[in-house]
Amino acid sequence: MSFTWRRRPAAGYAVVLLGLILVGAIYAAITGSGESAASTTPTASQAAIAKGQQIFDLTCATCHGLQAQGTAVAPSLIGVGSAAVYFQTSTGRMPAKATDAENDRKTPQLNPLEIRQVGAYIQSLGGGPAIPTPAMVSTIGANLALGQALFTADCAQCHNFDGAGGALTYGKYAPALTASTPTQIYTAMLTGPEAMPVFNDTTITPSEKRDVIAYVTAVRATPNPGGFSLGRVGPVTEGLVAFLGLLFFMVLAAMWITAKHRKTADE
Amino acid sequence: MSNPSAPDGPPDEPADAPAAPHRVIGTPPPAQARTLLGDGTGDGTGDGARPAPRDLPADPQNLRQAKTAERIVAALFILSTLASIGFIAAYVGLELNSVDSVLRSNLALGTSMSVAFLALAVGATIWVRHIMPNVELTEQRHPLASDPEAREAFAETFAEGAEASQFVKRPVLRRTLIAATVPLAVAPIVLLRDMGPLPGTTLRHTVWRKGMRLLKYGAYTPISPGEFSSPGGMITVVPDGYQDDPDALASATSIIIKFQPGLLQPPTVMNWTVDNIVCYSKICTHVGCPAALYEQTTHHILCPCHQSTFDAPRGATVLFGPAPRPLPQLPITTDAQGYLVAQSDFHEPVGPSYWERG
Repeated sequence: MSFTWRRRPAAGYAVVLLGLILVGAIYAAITGSGESAASTTPTASQAAIAKGQQIFDLTCATCHGLQAQGTAVAPSLIGVGSAAVYFQTSTGRMPAKATDAENDRKTPQLNPLEIRQVGAYIQSLGGGPAIPTPAMVSTIGANLALGQALFTADCAQCHNFDGAGGALTYGKYAPALTASTPTQIYTAMLTGPEAMPVFNDTTITPSEKRDVIAYVTAVRATPNPGGFSLGRVGPVTEGLVAFLGLLFFMVLAAMWITAKHRKTADE
Repeated sequence: MSNPSAPDGPPDEPADAPAAPHRVIGTPPPAQARTLLGDGTGDGTGDGARPAPRDLPADPQNLRQAKTAERIVAALFILSTLASIGFIAAYVGLELNSVDSVLRSNLALGTSMSVAFLALAVGATIWVRHIMPNVELTEQRHPLASDPEAREAFAETFAEGAEASQFVKRPVLRRTLIAATVPLAVAPIVLLRDMGPLPGTTLRHTVWRKGMRLLKYGAYTPISPGEFSSPGGMITVVPDGYQDDPDALASATSIIIKFQPGLLQPPTVMNWTVDNIVCYSKICTHVGCPAALYEQTTHHILCPCHQSTFDAPRGATVLFGPAPRPLPQLPITTDAQGYLVAQSDFHEPVGPSYWERG
């Protein structure tokens, strides 16, 4: 008789544990994780347009058309400028894997030189915003406070107050800015990739863009006085972790407290 | 209230237990200890019939196991003691002069308090499970009402008291007493005045006025249509002169969006736009969150709080979500210097509904 009572509570714990592991696994699968990409150094070249066109024809023309005029599945690239090419290819979003709601950041397919060459080619087609120089994205002497004010007013609604990203409509999302290089942040503001609004140089001046970059990069190093940051996306994850974690603990505790541990003589 | 007609009283307290040996603080007198768990009939204040004591075993079944459990419980209680002392020490001792030290302090306080409570709880549970007798008990529910005699006695006492106090006989006393209570009861209602002056029409208006410039939030510089020229652009704007007034900004903060030519259509008011630039309130009409997640591909304006979605080129009409009405559109034009200015205030209240606005 001492064997029959012993199995039941153990099975109960196992079921609870299994269920929670399952929930955790599903959650992890849904949220996924970001990856980092290498930064690039500028090596602009004048006569690289031909080389850029060559790469474009091989890598990009399938969707964007041989003249970069755009097709049914991809927009025209005439006038988008080398800044757009830089952002899309250096973050690995282009060439795209598929025409999804949102292109994920991934390992770049083109090397920095190729990115410059394709950029030069696209720039030669119809101009547009150009890749900023390293001095333009340097955060030395930047106004961090102004950067924060601009970021909280015009960026934080989508990218979260510390650049953790967030959801948009119909499967689109604002990516986390934790791996973005200063040049990528600059070119993203300048060109407005995908659903992101455009912040041209007369709306957010180059100096203000530097301030925003300074804020985005500085906020990454902020310590977490509360302990675990939980992705720093705010009360939703904190509540979820507290709820699931505490629930797990509470269920186990309740089972332990109420379990029929010993058998008395009268049943 | 004590009833003089109950000379003996309920025999709950057996004459202060004169011969009780070693009564421990916080425990019932030894003579009663075995009856605390209920008896199936008595209600504690009843007729004094002493129920039969329960047959609780004096010792746990497995004495060796109980001994081990006792040691574990004692160890846990000592751990809890140490953790509590550690909590006090951490609170008193740890400095709080930097973010890192706050982190250390939070960790120390949280850990010590968790351990203190957890060890106490685990110890109590082990105590109950391994040391206390493992007996199942059934207790009957009893009616909550007092027995008829007690109720009758109370009614009698009440009537006697009312009579003896002369409350009935002396109308002057009675009426002045009642009169004294009336203003006292009104006083808390008068205090409700402190809930403020009534809002009047303030909820219907913002500080936007004719000719007031739209300033870019943060830098507080005016904006010209020639600068804000890239389709798909969006920026947060505030009224000139109120950039440091949070109360004003709470309702006046707006966003401007630049569209491709030909995209804007009714119910957007075209006369209120400049060069395909339209200005909407940034305050969501649901519960007032800042709704500014503008997607330049779909032209949706999304509110992050409850996913209300507005159709930006069509007067910010509601596409989805709990928002009851479109984002109000601010009439804008340009001034002599070519900067964007307001034509007037919003033509409807901004932000969430209130009582006069369904």
